Amino acid sequence: MTESKKPVLETRNLGITFGGLKAVQDFNIQIFEGELVGLIGPNGAGKTTVFNMLTGVYLPTVGSVILNGEVLNGKKPHQVVSSGVARTFQNIRLFKQMSVIDNVKAAITKDIKYGMVDAMFRTPKFWKVEHELTEKAMDLLSIFKLEGKADQLAANLPYGQQRKLEITRALATDMRLLLLDEPAAGMNPTETAELLECINAIRDRFGISILLIEHDMSLVMNICERIQVIDYGLTIASGLPEEIAKDPKVIAAYLGE
Amino acid sequence: MKKRTGKGYIINTAVIAVIIVAFAFIKSAFGGNEQFRLIIVPSLWQCCYLIILAASLNLILGFLGQLSLGHCGFMAIGAYAAALISLAFQRAGVFTEKAGPAFVLVLIGCILAAGILAALVGLLVGIPALRLKGDYLAIITLGFGMIIVNIINNIPFAGQEGLSLGSASASLYKNGLGFGTASKVTYLWVALIVTLICLTMMFMFIRSKYGRAIKAIRDDEIAASASGINTSYYKIFTFTFSAFFAGIAGALYACANATLSTSSFAFTNGGILNSTFIVVMVVLGGMGSLTGSVVSAIVMFFVNYQIKNGLWVKSLPGFLGGIFAYPMLVYAIILIAVIMFRPRGIFGTYEFSLLNFVRDIKEHRAKKALQKAGNKEAKSND
Repeated sequence: MTESKKPVLETRNLGITFGGLKAVQDFNIQIFEGELVGLIGPNGAGKTTVFNMLTGVYLPTVGSVILNGEVLNGKKPHQVVSSGVARTFQNIRLFKQMSVIDNVKAAITKDIKYGMVDAMFRTPKFWKVEHELTEKAMDLLSIFKLEGKADQLAANLPYGQQRKLEITRALATDMRLLLLDEPAAGMNPTETAELLECINAIRDRFGISILLIEHDMSLVMNICERIQVIDYGLTIASGLPEEIAKDPKVIAAYLGE
Repeated sequence: MKKRTGKGYIINTAVIAVIIVAFAFIKSAFGGNEQFRLIIVPSLWQCCYLIILAASLNLILGFLGQLSLGHCGFMAIGAYAAALISLAFQRAGVFTEKAGPAFVLVLIGCILAAGILAALVGLLVGIPALRLKGDYLAIITLGFGMIIVNIINNIPFAGQEGLSLGSASASLYKNGLGFGTASKVTYLWVALIVTLICLTMMFMFIRSKYGRAIKAIRDDEIAASASGINTSYYKIFTFTFSAFFAGIAGALYACANATLSTSSFAFTNGGILNSTFIVVMVVLGGMGSLTGSVVSAIVMFFVNYQIKNGLWVKSLPGFLGGIFAYPMLVYAIILIAVIMFRPRGIFGTYEFSLLNFVRDIKEHRAKKALQKAGNKEAKSND
């Protein structure tokens, strides 16, 4: 459907080896503007390794990651973020001893245009920027209805809201591509349904592309436009959700032969 | 929320003004008192540099979450820089007595220069050292601290003999900015104001983007870099910033002491200036609370003072007296006790301020009132 468009993210023969272990090989994916792509596979298939390569945590052994025509290989994680890729983590990683709003404000690194001198002397510029930051953060928090908890410690939030806060923090980085690593893990069906709504709302509002790792098949089949399946580091199938559900290789990978 | 911070600034400024006025008053009232001149004023000087030292180490330990054991090294640099620069100025004839505007200018210049020099060394040490984490960083900073002290020791015009009483070159006491009893009283305001300025700067630092970034690094470094925070930049920046204050504390130390000897900054030193002693102060006060560091610096100074000079300590019988003969043992016991019974320190990450205090009391009262009402209801239901 979007063949004429240029992909937001493209990987070419991406691969990484740890010692003799080929964790991921020949990983090719294209994600277009506004698309939601699912990445699934059995445990240990290499999904999170792919995320770590995309975000600069691991340096790929071969192949390249291209974001809007810019090669991301060899960039540090924070540089990748400023190029426009943000992520969440499989096990929630919040800034636990900071307030909810500070979690979000800490991630807004692009718009801060004041330096040490402004901070020391509390110049009008400092107040102006800080005020804008607070407004922007509150605005983002309201997406997940967290604005009422802005002054609480992040560690004191219930599990579901911690997940939401992590996504909010990722949104605060002003990214074009969002990588979600098992956002529904540990959620009950109601919470998952709510999350699904929120993911759709985010896409509509920000027009971003999303790459999603998930084990919850109902979630994946419901919202992903395309799905790519990996097993033992190799892509075994990719296509529309209906095709994937019927693919014998995928069924074999999940259920055994 | 903005209004509240505005109110906070006004209150804090008022409190600082009250402190300065109170000290001015006390000085004029008790200036002639022997005990005031010989005990209280030197104690205040010591408290001042200990407060700066503890608070600045807290930036690294409590807010950045990295263990650094070389803080006294930066302090030594500050102390020697201030002393040597002031001596040079005196030889050049900029000032002859410890009085007059020229001397005050030199004094302030020396304090600043000490901070800047320590910060430069902090930057040089920080760039390679902060690639490491946890225990490795602790070991390497410990090593750097010792190296710095040894290098100073071997500089001919500074080292072991250079600035001590009776050595070939003139001692600090009579020359440069080493203060005697009288000038300590006269220039107490310098120590107080420098301490207040340093603390204010640290608070401003914590409550800005820098503070948010380093707390994020402390809580989760991987998540911080995944949120676009340049972790190595902020780590090195904070390390340098902290070393700057350690240098200033060193300059105040040089003022408060007749002689400088590298052994007082050495890691093996059992006295008050020992990197582990400062770590104990930070842990006791609460990692992540600057006000906690201020309180615990004063408490630990008092403990140290009592151990060294308290008459009751000397009258303790056998075994107990024996323990107190080794101050390091007492600090270690304090540290163990804190970690066992109150691992987050006296203050935890709580910052004391009058506004917070009033708010907490109000909340506490409201809670109690609610409980009372609940109890009444329960009773009437019976």
